[in-house]
Amino acid sequence: MTLATPQPEKLEFDCDTGNYHTFCPISCVAWLYQKIEDSFFLVIGTKTCGYFLQNAMGVMIFAEPRYAMAELEESDISAQLNDYEELKRLCEQIKRDRNPSVIVFIGTCTTEIIKMDLEGLAPKLEGEIGIPIVVARANGLDYAFTQGEDTVLAAMVERCPTSDDLESPTDKAERNNFQKLLNFGRKTDTPEPTESPEYHDHPNLVIFGSVPDPIVTQMTLELKKQGIKVGGWLPAKRYTELPVLDEGDYVIGINPFLSRTATGLMRRRKCKLIGAPFPIGPDGTRAWVEKVCSVFGIEPQGLAEREAKIWESLEDYLAIVRGKSVYFMGDNLLEISLARFLVRCGMTVPEIGIPYMDKRYQAAELALLEKTCHEMGAPLPKITEKPDNYKQIQRIQEIQPDLVITGMAHANPLEARGINTKWSVEFTFAQIHGFANARDILELVTRPLRRNSSLSDLGWDKLVKEEAKV
Amino acid sequence: MKLAYWMYAGPAHIGTLRIASSFKNVHAIMHAPLGDDYFNVMRSMLERERDFTPVTTSIVDRHVLAQGSQEKVVDNIVRKDHEETPDLIVLTPTCTSSILQEDLQNFVERASLEAQCDVLLADVNHYRVNELQAADRTLQQVVQFYIEKARKKGELPSDRTEKPSVNIIGMTTLGFHNNHDRTELVKLMGDLGIEVNLVLPDKASVKQIKQLPRAWFNLVPYREVGPATATYLQEQFDQPTVDITPMGIVETARCIRTIQKVLNEQGAAVDYEAFIDEQTRFVSNAAWFSRSIDCQNLTGKKAVVFGDSTHAAAMTKILTREMGIHVVLAGTYCQYDEAWFRQQVSEYCDEVLISEDHGAIADKIATIEPAAIFGTQMERHVGKRLDIPCGVIAAPIHIQNFPVGYRPFLGYEGSNQLVDLIYNSFTLGMEDHLLEIFGGHDTKEVITKTVSADGDLNWTADAMTELNRVPGFVRGKVKRNTEKFARNHGHASIDVEVMYAAKESVGA
Ligand code: SF4
Ligand code: SF4
Repeated sequence: MTLATPQPEKLEFDCDTGNYHTFCPISCVAWLYQKIEDSFFLVIGTKTCGYFLQNAMGVMIFAEPRYAMAELEESDISAQLNDYEELKRLCEQIKRDRNPSVIVFIGTCTTEIIKMDLEGLAPKLEGEIGIPIVVARANGLDYAFTQGEDTVLAAMVERCPTSDDLESPTDKAERNNFQKLLNFGRKTDTPEPTESPEYHDHPNLVIFGSVPDPIVTQMTLELKKQGIKVGGWLPAKRYTELPVLDEGDYVIGINPFLSRTATGLMRRRKCKLIGAPFPIGPDGTRAWVEKVCSVFGIEPQGLAEREAKIWESLEDYLAIVRGKSVYFMGDNLLEISLARFLVRCGMTVPEIGIPYMDKRYQAAELALLEKTCHEMGAPLPKITEKPDNYKQIQRIQEIQPDLVITGMAHANPLEARGINTKWSVEFTFAQIHGFANARDILELVTRPLRRNSSLSDLGWDKLVKEEAKV
Repeated sequence: MKLAYWMYAGPAHIGTLRIASSFKNVHAIMHAPLGDDYFNVMRSMLERERDFTPVTTSIVDRHVLAQGSQEKVVDNIVRKDHEETPDLIVLTPTCTSSILQEDLQNFVERASLEAQCDVLLADVNHYRVNELQAADRTLQQVVQFYIEKARKKGELPSDRTEKPSVNIIGMTTLGFHNNHDRTELVKLMGDLGIEVNLVLPDKASVKQIKQLPRAWFNLVPYREVGPATATYLQEQFDQPTVDITPMGIVETARCIRTIQKVLNEQGAAVDYEAFIDEQTRFVSNAAWFSRSIDCQNLTGKKAVVFGDSTHAAAMTKILTREMGIHVVLAGTYCQYDEAWFRQQVSEYCDEVLISEDHGAIADKIATIEPAAIFGTQMERHVGKRLDIPCGVIAAPIHIQNFPVGYRPFLGYEGSNQLVDLIYNSFTLGMEDHLLEIFGGHDTKEVITKTVSADGDLNWTADAMTELNRVPGFVRGKVKRNTEKFARNHGHASIDVEVMYAAKESVGA
């Protein structure tokens, strides 16, 4: 991994009380069940967890839900009932009703508190019902929002087959599955066989991180342009198509919140992690692709031109944001990448709140942020890990940034006080990776600025009578 | 353990927080993991609240799990006391953190020593009660706390107000159309010459609670939040309770007559008959609508009603008594209120369903095939799938239940709104006629709908033109029926002939 090269001026890190608003990490179910089409997610928790999923995430049940709550009742908590038998009963029901290829158990705070041994139960249960069970402990005691995805992917790392698995004739059923997978994979994702002259000869490369399918295609093509073949994605569209991982394979993350998955790939699968800035914004995308090229000893082709072209095409948006300031309250761990891109766009960033800062996994991104600030002549942002929203709001009132990127709880109150906001969750769900989607990020960023500049002509700025006592 | 896909009522702490944050200058501290603080999102996003939600989480993390909260909760209470100078801080766990069985009462006592404000632990069993029961309980607890406090200080007023007056109890933040109902009830009381002593808890200060005993009676419009407080006040101060929900013309009149009786027993000598008659026959449009020719088409139409006790019971009565609609099934998810609900609706419907299982009600709807549903957002989704219109009459709360315009459910204006809701929920008049012609009422094979929507059949240009002549709102139905016919009769493409054959076959 690249470490930050020493700079005259260093980023400043701070850690506050952690009294901030974010979503519970079990929310990852909302996007992962859509991403992994043959999955079923079972969240094992209380009414509080269930109501969260239903309400705050706006996830509603339609005709064919592929996730559910295993709601723990008083008798479960007091251990009068046998966890194993109870879970077996529910899994059998799920198998009967939905027959998924995998059931993902999402642990919660409650399973942690009552020390329900999900990892211990899973192997036996799996054998009995005949469906793989992956256990992820995405609870709110240890993690924030997007880190839920990290816990699920980290758990799936162990389930990726090795190429030996594919050849060994031992488990017939499984092998058939994988054969199917390979054929299927070939047809859809990568039409060319490995030997194709279009590709350089390089070690297997697997990308980890859940992104919408169009992004998968775009990034795969982006690397193909450099003659690099993507060996697979974790997660894939189907659980049965998990990528093959062998010792010594190369892996690279596409999302900044996947440090546990990265660690798991290195430690348990002996893969080599390529540490790069994340492919968000044309600058990040170029750096990401370049890093892969450099690791494989490939001379990148046309990347500088590509980046320059994208910047040119963004000019209409850049004119709006240049010289403006943006404040990140901290919510989804995309903050550093977005801040780096926006500084490159000409914005200044007084503070970046972030739930959790893995300085190793994000090292290359932090280094690029620093470099970008120096090159753009922008002051280095203060990075606040585990922020305190109350204090942040006081700082926001003081510095009056042009835009605040915030969780849903504070957006309306800030707007009512004349401060432009954008929900951080929108960046979680929008397609923001790669060269072409830089436009979409700026579309999101500039929307409040454009909207509110038309409203302020009407004098509709502050919509509360007395200032709140903050 | 139970497999759950959907909840009609939230967990207990949501109820407690709704009460705490309804009051002015009351802060709530939630002893909970980070991800439990979504109440703030609900309030800020659904209700479009302009102020910061007065709820702070004292975070339970790995550290707390290992060592206990120790000073954390106390520190957070004291900190909020400094920062916000609230009158009261309410501490609540969530069902998750309540498993830790920490001595929260002890934290409250310690915090009370340092804090200037009052500190109270919400006394709710998080595993046995839901949001609604917890809200009812918390409101009663706060009221009792301040009544007792005032009594100790000798500050309780001993007399009633000079003129007849009322406490309206049960209006809360994130309540179903509560904000508009509040306005409507205050107006109604004004029309009746009754002073509003206090509306509780919405926008009230806890300092005003000691004034509660001055009112002549308590009006509790909702079954879900308020009854416990009214019962307490009745016991303590012999204050009568009026708990008839003034929803629909008939029940509004019954509520007003009960108020009249209560006031006259206390020597007021009021007579509201003329007012009721005037409102019913000439001011409100609801009664006239029921009589109008338009409404005739509704007679005998089948409906299913489902919601909280209050709204489901009231709606059932309105549909049957005021509109002549046939309520096949009336149901509620308030299982704890079963006896009352049955007693209220049994004579107005064929069947009663008491269930928290959204699948049970969905199955009923599918078999009954009503012309309209009146339910929650969940039944609206079920209706969408089955192509049955649904009017939303009860929580779970949704952003659509905070319309910018005035939409009360209670009182005379509420009755007008309900008429519109009911009318718009049925397919009527011209539309009905067209459906008849093209056989649109055949809803038995709902399952094939998604299949036919995929359109493996070709429409000839002529047939397409003909189809486009069919009014837009029934076009989909006509298309589906025609395609179903074509498929059943083995036509690979649809021309005008097939179209009319289909129409005839349905007519036959
Ligand atoms: S799915 Fe339907 S009810 Fe649910 S949030 Fe969306 S529009 Fe509203
Ligand atoms: S923070 Fe814990 S208890 Fe709360 S919703 Fe998340 S997993 Fe459930």
